[in-house]
Amino acid sequence: MLRDLARDFTNAEIRPLAARIDREEEIPKELLKKIADVGLFGTAIPEEYGGGGFGKVGFCLAQEEVARVCGSTAATIGAHQSIGAQAILLGGSETLKKKYLPILASGELLAAFALTEADAGSDSFNLSTRAEKINDKWILNGEKVWITNGSIAGLFSVFARTEKGITGFVVEKGFNGVSVGKNEKKLGIKGSVTNTIAFDNVEIPEENMIGIDGRGFLIAMETLNSGRLGLGACCFGAAKEMLEMSVAYSKQRKQFGEPISKFQAIQFMLSDMTTHIYAMENMVYKAAFKLDNKEDISLDAAIVKLYCSEAVSEIADQALQIHGGMGFSAELPLERFYRDARILKIFEGTNEIQKLIISRQILKQNGKWNS
Amino acid sequence: MKILVFVNHVPDTETKVKIGSDGKVIDPAGVNYMLNPYDEIGVEEALKTKQQFGGEVVVVSLGGDPNKETLRKALAMGCDKAVLLKDPAIRDSYAVARSLADYAKEYGADVIFCGKQSIDYDDAQVGGLIAEMLGIPSVSVVVKLEIKEGHFIAEREIEGGHEIVHSKLPAVITAQKGLNEPRYPSLKGIMDAKRKPIEEKVPNAVESRVVTEVMRKPPAKAQGKIVGSDASAAAELVRLLHEEAKVI
Repeated sequence: MLRDLARDFTNAEIRPLAARIDREEEIPKELLKKIADVGLFGTAIPEEYGGGGFGKVGFCLAQEEVARVCGSTAATIGAHQSIGAQAILLGGSETLKKKYLPILASGELLAAFALTEADAGSDSFNLSTRAEKINDKWILNGEKVWITNGSIAGLFSVFARTEKGITGFVVEKGFNGVSVGKNEKKLGIKGSVTNTIAFDNVEIPEENMIGIDGRGFLIAMETLNSGRLGLGACCFGAAKEMLEMSVAYSKQRKQFGEPISKFQAIQFMLSDMTTHIYAMENMVYKAAFKLDNKEDISLDAAIVKLYCSEAVSEIADQALQIHGGMGFSAELPLERFYRDARILKIFEGTNEIQKLIISRQILKQNGKWNS
Repeated sequence: MKILVFVNHVPDTETKVKIGSDGKVIDPAGVNYMLNPYDEIGVEEALKTKQQFGGEVVVVSLGGDPNKETLRKALAMGCDKAVLLKDPAIRDSYAVARSLADYAKEYGADVIFCGKQSIDYDDAQVGGLIAEMLGIPSVSVVVKLEIKEGHFIAEREIEGGHEIVHSKLPAVITAQKGLNEPRYPSLKGIMDAKRKPIEEKVPNAVESRVVTEVMRKPPAKAQGKIVGSDASAAAELVRLLHEEAKVI
């Protein structure tokens, strides 16, 4: 029923707006409200905190459907729920969860995840935003870049350096000293906003610290692990849509007197696409199922992120090739999917970093296959 | 207010239906089912009525276990209670209405909603039959409804126009497209629906008065013909429309 709802909702409410969202580089407020009302901002958040309680599997199902119609909307929901709110859910105290998760689940506030800095991207441990404790308040100074949802979020899960190491904090946009830069111009997912967020002597109440002082880096990494599964779901959601478009086009487009679907060159592209989708779908739901059962998924998440984002990029390229000139034209949604796919190899940990994670892990296991 | 809504579990509009080997029923293999779209409008109207007057909405379906999926959808939209009148046998409209009317009588509904027709057999009779069996008014094909204390004003579609009628409650109101825009079930609603029980009852056996002898698919459409692309083709087009298609 969740998939039916997600499919009916995205087809009726998001699909007709997808081209406009890309063109105007903005998701209409009315649509965000509808997404909130139906509950898609809180799919995975447990019911006790006002969410849908559908777990990671449910979240991936929903994201798959959203990504079939609009990469920008999928990225917005993902950054909010799968990393922004997820950091609080994974690391926050009970008080912090009760304070923020219900308003995030309902979509009253949107969240953003703020780890990356100008000099701390792949090397995120090198971050230099500082938090200092003065009496019972934390004082935050620094700047975060490439923050998805920056200008529409009401709160940020920010990671900063303290005397004890890296620590996470929930920073409301309304706190004094928070400023949000202009929306970045981008190649793809244009309707998903990306901003620089600056903190100038921002006072944060003690209770807004996420978890334990100095242990924030682990929370950030675990949050990203879980985020990578939702990202994988977006990859094959978009891929399924592109496959459907490509099959329909290849049956209709005639060259040399017959539909191009009769040519092996096209057929083989369609088989590659189909096989990739099969692999993506299986690995994402396997990993999501493991995560819902509280198993360690750090290796799974890296594999999912690497494989799915590479596969969807290849699929986008093949789909465009099948469509020929029509695919290159902005008349069809394909060029949007092609542009939107490119970021998937970069954000939530570049694919090069995923390869490091995978190789480190398999070396640590002496090449032995767990399970 | 005690609000009753009857729903049917029907093949999805996007499903390609095949006729079964006995030629009398459709082959259910590979068919997706859904809440009958007109009944969905009935559910929405029932929920709106509850919002206005309070009370409870009970959703009822007659059929086999698969109908529970449709009942869950109605629960997820916000109905309070679901009842499955369990009988997987195929019934005609009379036999369906008989069991639904029996339930309505036992429940004592203040108002009964259902779709103007089910999109499977398209008989469009059940709503009216239920009202007749209960001896209460029925207003069909309703596109606008205003319920007041004990009575209501309904606007219904008639050939070429609209008609506004006034009647007393309890009554059966059958919903037409346009009456409302059915809500999406929320994620919370889906979770809540899992916890709401579906009561199962076995209805009295009722013999159908109409029995299907044979089902046939409509003949396949012939391919279109392009007569020409400029004005010179007009005469030939008119001749074909007149002599072959016999539409002018």
